[in-house]
Amino acid sequence: MQSFDYARPSSLADASELLVRRGDDAAALAGGTDLIVQMEKGARAPALVVDLKRVADLGDGIERRDGALRIGALACLEDVARDARVREGFPALAEAAGVIGSVQIRNRATLAGNICNASPAADTAPPLLVYGAQVNLFGPRGRRSVPIEEFFLGPGRTALEAGELTESVDLPLPNGPTGSAFCRLARRRGMDLASVNVACRLSAAGELRLAFGAAGPTPILVQDEGEVFLKDEATDALGARLEQMAEATRPISDVRAGEDYRRAMLRVLSRRALNTARRRLPESE
Amino acid sequence: MSSSLPITVTVNGRERRLDVAPNETLLAVLRERLSLTGTKKSCGEGECGACTVLVDGRAVNSCLMLAVEADGRDVLTIEGLASGDELHPLQEAFLEAGAVQCGFCTPGMIMSAVALLATNPDPTPAEAKEALCGSLCRCTGYVRIIRAVLDAAPRMRPVGNGTHN
Ligand code: FES
Ligand code: FES
Repeated sequence: MQSFDYARPSSLADASELLVRRGDDAAALAGGTDLIVQMEKGARAPALVVDLKRVADLGDGIERRDGALRIGALACLEDVARDARVREGFPALAEAAGVIGSVQIRNRATLAGNICNASPAADTAPPLLVYGAQVNLFGPRGRRSVPIEEFFLGPGRTALEAGELTESVDLPLPNGPTGSAFCRLARRRGMDLASVNVACRLSAAGELRLAFGAAGPTPILVQDEGEVFLKDEATDALGARLEQMAEATRPISDVRAGEDYRRAMLRVLSRRALNTARRRLPESE
Repeated sequence: MSSSLPITVTVNGRERRLDVAPNETLLAVLRERLSLTGTKKSCGEGECGACTVLVDGRAVNSCLMLAVEADGRDVLTIEGLASGDELHPLQEAFLEAGAVQCGFCTPGMIMSAVALLATNPDPTPAEAKEALCGSLCRCTGYVRIIRAVLDAAPRMRPVGNGTHN
């Protein structure tokens, strides 16, 4: 690994100021499971690494806050996957966080880091999209909150401006009964990137939110509504509706899967995720 | 501010003060500065698990952690498991089950298993596999490794020896 300067700011303001001042020379370090690999391989060579883990205002907690579950920027994926409130209220996110890398990776990698890297295949992105997450940011011009649909701009590109840091991610508690699920296809169970992944949330009123990952330059959210989604029948009508929803995807061919295979698997995973989400709807409406 | 940073880290129960370079990994410091060569380096990028140690009781890839990030933390390596001549129950179970061939993956496997059994004293085979899925073994085929972990579990439930987590 090439040499670099290391800073360990204790406040958000200092961290942000350093990132602004050093611009592209600086890299923010949270879990490090992407950054350190990239530095080890020479793919990134920041002159300054800004370690965020001792920033006092950045928490690793998960807590109820104003009608939402708030996940601190330093919360690691293993903690997200194991948290009882996440599993109960936001199972698609728990499932996605729990399949990333290995235990060792999940003990370091953070949810915030997973979205800030903006990989089109990021497993936590589709769940955050179907849950309508809000990303709370701190930057040189103060705090703002960005809906997750507006957060991803392209591979590796986010709505974060120079010096902006993710402070936390809010998962709004749903108004009525919902069921949700996450499905992914990978070449093996552990330690692989998703070839495609899908999250689904279905409300008791038949509102369906589907989000697709590794199916375009950014994760994609689509919505529809109808009785047809609530019925446990694999009808042509349902197939056609799901097909329509998947039209927004633009999968590519790469080492993990070909474009046609990705399209076919998106259909399969959409159905599976929908079936699981429907089963998870609370019994009485 | 670059060249060397003072850190204090507890390794296997003993407090160490070191000056580290920002680009030194925890793995490099354990092996090259503290001569704790039980922790192995293989891929250097989080894929193989040979470098697994516990930091504050949790399994991590020491190749993906800067040494400076370990400042103030508690690190447990394979060398910290046995007490004197007495092996840790997991070490014994690995020997008995024939879970060690070349042995290169073994320290990482055992450290992952220590972390698992500390939080889940009675894991299912699926849970044991999941806990160890970040470690590659090129020799054994994993069957005996998983068996060793499951064998060790009941032996550890009374009072573990050697570990401090
Ligand atoms: S050497 Fe750390 S995971 Fe392979
Ligand atoms: S015993 Fe040789 S790699 Fe596992």
